[in-house]
Amino acid sequence: MADFVQTLETALAVGSLYALIALGYTMVYGILKFINFAHGDVVVLGAWISYTVAQWCLKRLAPADGPPLWLGPVVLACAMTVCGVLGFLIERLAYKPLRRAPRLNVLITAIGVSLLLQNVGQLDAVFGSSPVSMPALLPNPALVRMSFGGPGSSEVVIGLVDATIFVTAGLLMLALETIVYRTRLGAAMRAVSFNAETAALMGINANRIISFTFVTGSVLAAAAGFLYAMKYPGLNQPAHTIWVLLGLKAFVSAVIGGIGNVRGALLGGFVIAFVEQFGAFYISSNYRDVYVFALLIIILLIRPTGILGTPYREKV
Amino acid sequence: MPHRFVSLTLCVAVASAALSSGCRKSGDASGDIAIGHYASMTGPEATFGQSTDNGVRLALEEYNAAASVGGNRFRLITYDDKGEAAEAGVVVTRLVTRDKVTAVIGEVASGLSLAGADVCQQNGVPMVTPSSTNVDVTKKGDMIFRVCFIDPFQGYVCAKFAREHEPLKAQKAAVLFDQRAPYSVDLAKEFARHFETLGGTVVARQSFTGGDQDFSAQLTSIRSSSPDIVFVPGYYTDVGNIAVQARNLGIKVPLMGGDGWDSEKLTEIGGAALEGCFYSNHYSHQDPSPRVQEFITKYRSKFNKTPDGLAALGYDAARILFEAIDRAQSRDGAAIARELAATQGFDGVTGRISIDADRNPVKQAVILEIKGGVPTFVTTIEPER
Repeated sequence: MADFVQTLETALAVGSLYALIALGYTMVYGILKFINFAHGDVVVLGAWISYTVAQWCLKRLAPADGPPLWLGPVVLACAMTVCGVLGFLIERLAYKPLRRAPRLNVLITAIGVSLLLQNVGQLDAVFGSSPVSMPALLPNPALVRMSFGGPGSSEVVIGLVDATIFVTAGLLMLALETIVYRTRLGAAMRAVSFNAETAALMGINANRIISFTFVTGSVLAAAAGFLYAMKYPGLNQPAHTIWVLLGLKAFVSAVIGGIGNVRGALLGGFVIAFVEQFGAFYISSNYRDVYVFALLIIILLIRPTGILGTPYREKV
Repeated sequence: MPHRFVSLTLCVAVASAALSSGCRKSGDASGDIAIGHYASMTGPEATFGQSTDNGVRLALEEYNAAASVGGNRFRLITYDDKGEAAEAGVVVTRLVTRDKVTAVIGEVASGLSLAGADVCQQNGVPMVTPSSTNVDVTKKGDMIFRVCFIDPFQGYVCAKFAREHEPLKAQKAAVLFDQRAPYSVDLAKEFARHFETLGGTVVARQSFTGGDQDFSAQLTSIRSSSPDIVFVPGYYTDVGNIAVQARNLGIKVPLMGGDGWDSEKLTEIGGAALEGCFYSNHYSHQDPSPRVQEFITKYRSKFNKTPDGLAALGYDAARILFEAIDRAQSRDGAAIARELAATQGFDGVTGRISIDADRNPVKQAVILEIKGGVPTFVTTIEPER
């Protein structure tokens, strides 16, 4: 029982990260109908910026009794800012000139941007090509210890870092939900997503909305990168295959939930994490990636548009 | 028409002259014997390659300084394989076919040595791996040698220590290995086999893939089997992450591993989570013997850090290779391989090295415990007779 609850807890934490990343994929798809393959690399950038800023601050401050509590939010804000600016630039420089080009061209450009980010990040002058260790900005005491059964049996441990991940990810998702469904900006986004040309005729500045979408997605990616580095402090170099896999799983989350659908991305992130964690625990950890991609195949066979996706009808 | 023909011939002549002089330059224009080294200078196992390369360079410098007039002088070409097997194959091919090296040193990770060994064996170039412990590496052929012990022995050492070390006396062991690294797979298997032969029980077998970040599922499962020790024969980056997550999940028993843990980065990543954990290694920098201490002093004065086991093995591998080439009096691969095979009683930093019929040495191993972030000598375990 304790193991079940512990696996559930891990799945929730990992699921929040997948969901945060999946939101970026799904928002861009919703508006531009193309998959921004460079999104996963923005997450990596977020993690590495967090590391760089944290390291720089700690060197300057050299605090005697561990990093101060305000450092975490500051690092997060820096990572979000840098990634937000980068997201804006990527869209402006790489995708906007191709707005009227066939979708395949944009897709290939996205792969190009992804490779560019990976390899530039690997340069010695940027982040270098060796793994680093993210300094612990938060202590990680067990907040909750639940014991099932008698003494000596395993306990369920929920640490402060996991709790921070739930709370931060939850707040960000709530903020996004509010923006998309409760503000004029969100209404404009949904309008552009529905039909960009008609929205433009109604006086909506589509370019500005697209830029805003990219910035929002990148900011969420930066937050995911920061939280990821908090949970898994051993950061691999930017071109490591593990980052590609992380991006891919988040993308699968978006597809499973129904790509283009914000709530679907949330749902997809958690579904993926549950399948992965419970499969690894109860069946075998050798095939943890297999469960994820097998689920993708099943969902695509049964519901090609994803769990919450709306079936698309071609009008003749 | 004839005019054009002349200029064409001239072009070809000039081009071929340039080409051949280019070849000679990368060959042996200086008379120095070229030795190739392929290593993970960057990537998740970067300290492996960097340490080894330092060790090899130290040996090279000493050797060249001591070489008499007319004696052999050596020159090192190091290529980075980024810790990827495919890349290792490419750079070794480059060393052998383009740089035409006389012999090759490398790699640390067994999976990469296996890739490089194929190329060396096919081209008849002797290869000495300083620290690949997987049995299959030297089985690639008669050109492939090593100067470290092999995994069946390392597995035995770890199992024996876990079973018999005084406060530990483990009855139940869990094993967590990297399913993609031949080193890790075999070491896990050997440990489990010996642990059960010695009367213990292996209560959990879990695996991960090198580079993974999340180990909670495996560790939760290991936790529920309540072992006395967790054997993690991985490389240091993964081990550091595993240790942190194991402690977060409330696993308090010591972790144990092999020489893949040997890096200053291990405790940088794993921190306090690794306190009281053990690993087997090729040497300890606390060994008081003058041979070891002299090496450490020289290494420190050149590189300004304490050599790890991989640096010591790089140093030994290079010296054994240089001596074999000296004795062979030739740059012919087969002749050098014969001399390498004839190495007996070489007094290395990592112990006395005699190459056996399978081109492996028989050597002792040490067990280190991490105390206050420093790998501290615990005991030496001799090979079974």
